[in-house]
Amino acid sequence: MGKLRLFDSTLRDGSHAIKHQLSADNIEQYCRYADNVGFHTIIVGHGNGLGASSLQVGISALGDQQMISIARKNLTITKLGVFMLPGFGTIQDDLKPALDIGADLVCIGTHCTEADVAQQHIEYVKERGKEVYGILMMSHLASPEKLLGEALKMQSYGANGVILMDSAGASTPRMVAERISKIAESLTIGVGFHAHNNLGMAVANSFHAIEAGATIIDGTVRGFGAGAGNCALEVLAGLLYKSDIRTDIDLYRILDLSEKIVSKIMPKPQEITSDSLMSGIAGVFSGFLPHVKKTAEEFDVDSRDIFLELGKRKIVAGQEDMIVDVALELANKKAKDQDLSF
Amino acid sequence: MKKVKVGIIGTGNIGIDLLIKIQRSKSLECAIFTGRTPDSKGIKIAKDLGIRTSADSIKAIEDDPKICDIVFDATSARFHVKHAGILDKLKKFTIDLTPSRVGKMCIPVLNINECLDVKNVNLVTCGGQAATPIAYAIMQVHPDTRYIEVVASISSVSAGPGTRINIDEYTQTTKDSIMSFSKVPAAKAIIILNPAEPPITMHNTIYALIENPRIQELQHAISAIAKKIREYVPGYNVTLGPLKDKDRVTTMIEVVGRGDYLPKYSGNLDIITCAAIKVAEEYAKKKLLK
Repeated sequence: MGKLRLFDSTLRDGSHAIKHQLSADNIEQYCRYADNVGFHTIIVGHGNGLGASSLQVGISALGDQQMISIARKNLTITKLGVFMLPGFGTIQDDLKPALDIGADLVCIGTHCTEADVAQQHIEYVKERGKEVYGILMMSHLASPEKLLGEALKMQSYGANGVILMDSAGASTPRMVAERISKIAESLTIGVGFHAHNNLGMAVANSFHAIEAGATIIDGTVRGFGAGAGNCALEVLAGLLYKSDIRTDIDLYRILDLSEKIVSKIMPKPQEITSDSLMSGIAGVFSGFLPHVKKTAEEFDVDSRDIFLELGKRKIVAGQEDMIVDVALELANKKAKDQDLSF
Repeated sequence: MKKVKVGIIGTGNIGIDLLIKIQRSKSLECAIFTGRTPDSKGIKIAKDLGIRTSADSIKAIEDDPKICDIVFDATSARFHVKHAGILDKLKKFTIDLTPSRVGKMCIPVLNINECLDVKNVNLVTCGGQAATPIAYAIMQVHPDTRYIEVVASISSVSAGPGTRINIDEYTQTTKDSIMSFSKVPAAKAIIILNPAEPPITMHNTIYALIENPRIQELQHAISAIAKKIREYVPGYNVTLGPLKDKDRVTTMIEVVGRGDYLPKYSGNLDIITCAAIKVAEEYAKKKLLK
């Protein structure tokens, strides 16, 4: 087993928690401080990745290229990472410019059953001689066998590793262990895990993933991220320290990064609200949370009902427009029920 | 009424759907259905319909050039690049259903007449067929629109290997179509493959940023253009809006397929085969049968 590497998505997943409003100062200060913490990469950008700043999922305060340039100036030791979802960003408009500015590492994400849409992008990054990882999102929705098939596709395209993303924070420890061990047994490249904390299991599930064979853990400092947040990397670092699992992380530095920088970027501590717990139970992408809350208020329906219905419809990341559809249906049903009630 | 002879290259889902639609056409008949796999499902269906088939792909048309006047290419972008030159030499009116972008971009409701004067017509993408007319209608009412964004959700099962391997071109081409037809200064296309079971119907959301939108005029323009599209894509419907939220106008479109060969949820494929038939029928009527 190779040395455990930590991928830091604080400035990517954390963007979700502040509606993609990271400032130039945030990025500059964070990168300067985090550069010598010992992360393998620091991933920067809109929560949904390159090219995702949009009315559909939210307009970011700064453009992708601006964010990457600022990070580039302030990182010398740690690799600068970017994230992209095919269908949102394109090679011509987004990926090529990001690499031209100086991104060192790219994560290409797809829904966990759709790995083949990442082929063009993984191959492109490979051709450019940069590190590239395939991300299988909403990994709780597919069986270990199915995930293995998709991970093998990403490996065949040339990925340096495959990371399972528990986007909805809907995985139990057993689900994580089964999926990671299935993939780690058969892949010749690294396997990783990206947790969400909807069921309060982000650090624990990351630890289970390591025990099952993961060599990459993707998380955020203080768990800063979409919905209930992510695996808090400084907490995991403490747990790993106590468990004698070696990483490149400097424990005191990551603690300082958390206290001095990240606590100031975060408008409030990351918490598990009943809505994000519901999203974990329903298995719905946690980035939906602010949109669901807003829509529930507008249509005067219960956000918990929206989540359960979205879960039933197996809505995937990027289908934020379906929230209105569901809310409208629930509101109509409610009006009808009231008509019948007298 | 005399019918014009057409050829179909590519015997996959799109080719078969075209074949079945042509059986209903008053002005078209399929004279040759040609692919590369002699025992494919498509070839069998064509044989059962009594239509001449071939496993020599485009060569079947090269060997017998008089067999048809119009050719549908339902292969892949890579193959169409090769086919385009051959079909041009044979002087065949060519309707390309791949994202090759060799020919003139065609959205029938917007530019069909211009397309009848060229030799090679490209049908953009399904998202482009569905959303470009709405973007155009919005810009007619509000030339001051700052930005248009299109989100196309299609079911995973109806996105074939061609779409998947070319998802980057698909996204880029859809955006380019929105910008070039509507003239909006900035645009974005987002494509989402939805793996839900049972499969979702093709669904498109069109956002526009407009200072003080005149919603009634927009509504009128959008429903007028949707009505025209329904003449050749019967399952095309505005399901929501235009709805105003400050400067944001949202419109949702759903395309229910005709269920000819492809299931009804495959509105994304139906809209492009319907568009192809429309172009062929117009060409037949205006250029060949008059």
